[in-house]
Amino acid sequence: MATMTQLRKVRLILEDGTTFEGKSFGYERSVAGEVVFYTAMTGYPESLTDPSYTGQILVSTFPLIGNYGVPSDSKVNGLYEFYESDKIHITGLIVSDYSFEYSHWNAIKSLGDWLKENKIPGLFGIDTRALTKIIRVKGSLLGKIEFDDEIIDFYDPNQENLVAIASCDKVETFGNGEHRIVLVDCGVKYNIIRCLLNRNATVICVPWNYDFNGEDFDGIFLSNGPGDPALCDATVENIRKTMDAEKPIMGICLGNQLLARAAGAETYKLKFGHRSHNQPVLLQGTDRCFITSQNHGFAVDTKTLPADWEPLFTNVNDQTNEGIRHKTKPFFSTQFHPEAASGPVDTEFLFDDFINNVIEYKKKKKVKAP
Amino acid sequence: MINTEIKKVIVLGSGALKIGEAGEFDYSGSQALKALKEENVETILINPNIATIQTSEDIADRIYFLPITPFFVEQVIIKEKPDGILLAFGGQTALNCGVALFKTGILDKYNVKVIGTPVQSIIDTEDREIFAGKLAEIDVLTPRSIACLNIEEAYAAVKIVGYPIIIRAAYTLGGLGSGFCSNDIELESLASKAFTYSPQILVEESIKGWKEVEYEVVRDRFDNCITVCNMENFDPLGIHTGESIVVAPSQTLSNSEYHKLRALAIKIIRHIGIVGECNVQYALDPHSEDYRVIEVNARLSRSSALASKATGYPLAFVAAKLGLGYGLHQLNNQVTKVTTAAFEPALDYIVCKIPRWDLNKFSGVSKNLGSSMKSVGEIMAIGRSFEEAIQKGIRMVGIGMHGFVANKEEITIGQIDEELSNPTDRRIFAIEEAFNKGYSVDEIYDKTKIDRWFLQKLHNIHVTKEKLEKFNSLAVLDDSLLIQAKKEGYSDFQIARLVLKSSNKEINNDLLKVREWRKSKNILPSVKQIDTLAGEYPAQTNYLYLTYNGNEHDVEFQHDNKSVIVLGSGAYRIGSSVEFDWCSVNAITTIHKENYRSIMINYNPETVSTDYDTCDRLYFDELTFERVMDIVDLEAPKGVVLSMGGQIPNNLAMKLHRQKVPILGTSPLNIDRAEDRKKFSSLLDTLKIDQPRWSELTTIEDIYIFVDEVGFPVLIRPSYVLSGAAMNVVSNRDQLQHFLTLAANVSKEHPVVVSEFIEQAKEIEIDAVAKNGEVVAYAISEHVEFAGVHSGDATIVFPPQKLYVETIRRIKKIAYQIAKALEITGPFNMQLLAKDNDIKVIECNLRASRSFPFVSKVMKYNLIEIATQVMLDVPFLKPDKSMFELDYVGVKAAQFSFARLLNADPVLGVDMSSTGEVGCIGENFYEAILKSMLSVGYTIPKKNILISSGPARSKVELIQSAQLLSERGFNLYATGGTQKFLSDNGVKSTRVYWPDETDKHPNTLELIKNKKIDLVINIPKDHTTREISNGYTIRRSAIDYSIPLITNARVASAFIFAFCKYEIKDLSIKSWDEYKD
Repeated sequence: MATMTQLRKVRLILEDGTTFEGKSFGYERSVAGEVVFYTAMTGYPESLTDPSYTGQILVSTFPLIGNYGVPSDSKVNGLYEFYESDKIHITGLIVSDYSFEYSHWNAIKSLGDWLKENKIPGLFGIDTRALTKIIRVKGSLLGKIEFDDEIIDFYDPNQENLVAIASCDKVETFGNGEHRIVLVDCGVKYNIIRCLLNRNATVICVPWNYDFNGEDFDGIFLSNGPGDPALCDATVENIRKTMDAEKPIMGICLGNQLLARAAGAETYKLKFGHRSHNQPVLLQGTDRCFITSQNHGFAVDTKTLPADWEPLFTNVNDQTNEGIRHKTKPFFSTQFHPEAASGPVDTEFLFDDFINNVIEYKKKKKVKAP
Repeated sequence: MINTEIKKVIVLGSGALKIGEAGEFDYSGSQALKALKEENVETILINPNIATIQTSEDIADRIYFLPITPFFVEQVIIKEKPDGILLAFGGQTALNCGVALFKTGILDKYNVKVIGTPVQSIIDTEDREIFAGKLAEIDVLTPRSIACLNIEEAYAAVKIVGYPIIIRAAYTLGGLGSGFCSNDIELESLASKAFTYSPQILVEESIKGWKEVEYEVVRDRFDNCITVCNMENFDPLGIHTGESIVVAPSQTLSNSEYHKLRALAIKIIRHIGIVGECNVQYALDPHSEDYRVIEVNARLSRSSALASKATGYPLAFVAAKLGLGYGLHQLNNQVTKVTTAAFEPALDYIVCKIPRWDLNKFSGVSKNLGSSMKSVGEIMAIGRSFEEAIQKGIRMVGIGMHGFVANKEEITIGQIDEELSNPTDRRIFAIEEAFNKGYSVDEIYDKTKIDRWFLQKLHNIHVTKEKLEKFNSLAVLDDSLLIQAKKEGYSDFQIARLVLKSSNKEINNDLLKVREWRKSKNILPSVKQIDTLAGEYPAQTNYLYLTYNGNEHDVEFQHDNKSVIVLGSGAYRIGSSVEFDWCSVNAITTIHKENYRSIMINYNPETVSTDYDTCDRLYFDELTFERVMDIVDLEAPKGVVLSMGGQIPNNLAMKLHRQKVPILGTSPLNIDRAEDRKKFSSLLDTLKIDQPRWSELTTIEDIYIFVDEVGFPVLIRPSYVLSGAAMNVVSNRDQLQHFLTLAANVSKEHPVVVSEFIEQAKEIEIDAVAKNGEVVAYAISEHVEFAGVHSGDATIVFPPQKLYVETIRRIKKIAYQIAKALEITGPFNMQLLAKDNDIKVIECNLRASRSFPFVSKVMKYNLIEIATQVMLDVPFLKPDKSMFELDYVGVKAAQFSFARLLNADPVLGVDMSSTGEVGCIGENFYEAILKSMLSVGYTIPKKNILISSGPARSKVELIQSAQLLSERGFNLYATGGTQKFLSDNGVKSTRVYWPDETDKHPNTLELIKNKKIDLVINIPKDHTTREISNGYTIRRSAIDYSIPLITNARVASAFIFAFCKYEIKDLSIKSWDEYKD
């Protein structure tokens, strides 16, 4: 174990000039990005590998991090069993109290070692609550982690098309189930793929701007992903094209925003983004309320939905949109994450709904077919 | 949206505080009543616990101080005709009563609807076999378990399950009658005991050593579910969760484990059909994701109170609203006001709960922790690191420890191994001692099975200690090390002891040096809010704690001289309990009413005073000098109130005074004059007020000389206490000698106080309020027992029924003199002895006392409100009535928890041993005492009474009542001497033999074991060892076989007269407000 005195001091500098001083427990290199927080109390391995965090310096509001180390790197169906993608996507990690010693039956290394291997800096000893309060007011804020000997500039990841960075670069197929699902990868979390594979699907994972309309498939899945939906016009175009075919569509998070834009609705940036595992959403027209995992700074403007679309879920706290559906066709999407990982698994049944739509669609197609 | 047919409901409380059922139910009941009031539902509360907040004015619409038994509840139902009843807010007592009312058809008969969780769901969770079957229906795993109705079935079950096993008794409080067995002998002994509590026991596979994790789950009628909080036990399975150190949220669970158990909890609550709140306890394999569900509590519990305080989510309040028909999404988040109740709190801190035990108060009790609960209270510490929370917590428990390290406690190596593998209440200190002796984390893990993560964190504290010890002055100490120590929860005291190597004499001065030093370096704690959402949205909350793991305050401080700080009472313990919470809450309420901002400091999660709703600002933090000074520095209040929280705040008086902290009420200098035995004694001498002769002695010879002068018996109080040698009365030279050998250490450093002990004297209390030395209100009450029974254990009558007018006049005069001499402003309490008309003062406390809520409620005049007004120097209403004009009588009776304290001798003495109390009102003394005693678990005997009446004096005391019993057709069984005495006085009884006369029949022990006896009266006598041991066996067996036991002749006599005078059906069913003043 590294003793405290050996640890290097390092600063987090925000674009408004606020500076926090902490100590390094990750890779020693200066980095810059957008500073965001999440309030989940478990699931740092999942969050760190979530492609939606591409370009972001992540702040954990839960102070004690690293407790259970980093889980095994075993693979199932060609996917890491315990990570949400093939690498760490965050730019840097900020915590209050880091556990140098970890304890868990499934751990193979410490969080610090994992960060070092992936060349990601990590800071601890930061008043993450004070930092979170600054971020929530500013909404989005640039910041940099700076070591004394390596002065760098701020960098705004939102200037780039993050989806292009997070997405895969070629078509890849997973599993061998009876339902052929095209997954538009805007930065997909593995658990979406796992949830589909568990439901007898073949998942054809395609890049974000790939025109999948020529493929042989039964349904479309629009993944989560980083950044501003307005930068994904290519994806939106492809979705529009497929809507005529009435093949079932489901979207998650960025996928919800892209489906909305394809339908003709607008998206906007939220004053307070949703960065937690405890967001209540109400199923439209019912008293059914679900606790969901969320990570988004943009939302669909319900008022701009065309007449044949309607809200599916609404956030009980701030009344923002949490999902939409087509009134007659099998298209729906959610702003929250039914695949969880990390977070509550209460809405995983939505994958069943999607697959049922696919089954229905296939039945109809058979009837129609001569 | 909500059920509007429910206009009037009964809420059942939990009665007296006892082990396994303590203040948490005052909190949950109060919350429920508040929720009902908000919906304009009329509330009828049944709870004999008169010291609670819930039994105060303005909380329930009507209050019955009556036993929570089916009989009395039915009477109240008949009288009040309620539409509904709430069973989930009064612990196991209310639940058991509710199930009985349901099963006997009483609820149906009077058309009373159960609000919230249906009774069938409760039954499904309470009967373990049904419960395991229910969970099997949804493929949820429970430990393999076989229900047995007799010992033979138990043996057969073991053949299937295999040792080690755990035995559990169904339908009992907090694991009563449960335990582990590794062989037939252990099984035999434990099973036979468990059968005395319950007709059904369970033989279960043992999963000792697994992680223990709990979830608090909420469900509404729309089937919406949330888990408010999960908690992880520091101690692995095998130690009752009430005996465990617990953290929230869980620390060693991965996301997958956390959400697997969470999803199961939701699946379970849906399947069982709970509407409201329940608690699911799991065992989780430390080497895989394998789990078992251990228990589901279909009601608010100690854990739910803890979860509410840990998260800020008011579980009981929400549960009550859900019972009325609301959905979670239709209720507001009470903390943020802007979000809804349909969410799961995100914490950005860690809390640590530590139990408080008082095992030293009992002779003979086993100190080992196991699957049944012995702790009497608990604390919750909040921090932003585990090290910070646990060190704060260890101090909060209030057993003289300063944190994980830098304590004086010494444990030898042999004991360390033993302590680690067979934990007692001191295990946490054994871990530090093990580190001192070079044990590794792994070695300690092997012995304790405490997850290495916790041990590693403790090791961090240990390593910092070693670093601190290398320095000898503050000037050379690195700032970074000092900051790190503070972040790990080190107090200034610990730093002084480790760095400055301060002796006990210097330490109070040296810790001030540490304080000054770090203030000069700007090393200060930050104030953080608990907002339920980890800062995600802005929320204005007044629920605060302090941490060194932060660098800015969440709140601003208005230095406008308009705030008043009230110091609470800390962990519940024997001697300081809910009564001081009542005083604190009433003080806060009054401060608020008088247009000051009320600031509360307290850390007991079982209290109403730590409900952020009750005050303008709540600091859920330590009541140490250091932390109170931190808060005083920040808030700069108009003043601090020390007189409401019992002895903890009172002890800070001089220390705060020296730092020029404005103390409201009596000057700390005068508090000191009352607290310091010598100063107070000389004050009494000056005032010519009599006191029992006493002396502080430093040699054995001097003790003998003093005893020769005053004569036996004497009361002995050693200042250095070895186990078993606490305060005691000794009646002869042998006993004195024996006692002094136990006390061992008599010296200048550790003097012994010896006082004359006056026998056959009445003990009298006066609770009063004075302003600038003038008494403005007072209440005098008398004990039923003669002096010698601790006032906390005594049965107290108010107004006094058997005192001479002259006695009362003299007591009043003494109170006036003392108030004047000490210039008292605020509450005070005195205890006095009266024999004939000679009055002697035995104690004076310049603070509120245990009996303030009792006398205030009986006379319907709130002494705390007036005391607070007096201290604030605002106008107040002087009482216009005299206590003698009351047309009714109140009797306060003590609740004992001996059943939980394995092997403890259930006998009363000068040290307190009760865990709670009730107060009931009657038309006269007998009606009131009968209601009170029925409320603390006594039952009116049907037929057979066993009497061993002890010394001659109690034989005489009991003769009339024995006569009465005989006339009423009771069968009396009496031991040798008693039988002879009764017979000599013409009372018929059957001679029974002592437990050690095993060959003679009928034998007392076999009568008790066969449950032939309905009431045991055993008056201890202090003679031969044999008699003591026989007496002990009788008393202990009565407890172990759940037979009511009385050990005081005057109480026995009063009880007998009462139940011979009144049949249970004759007792008046009157609410508090029907007793007109």
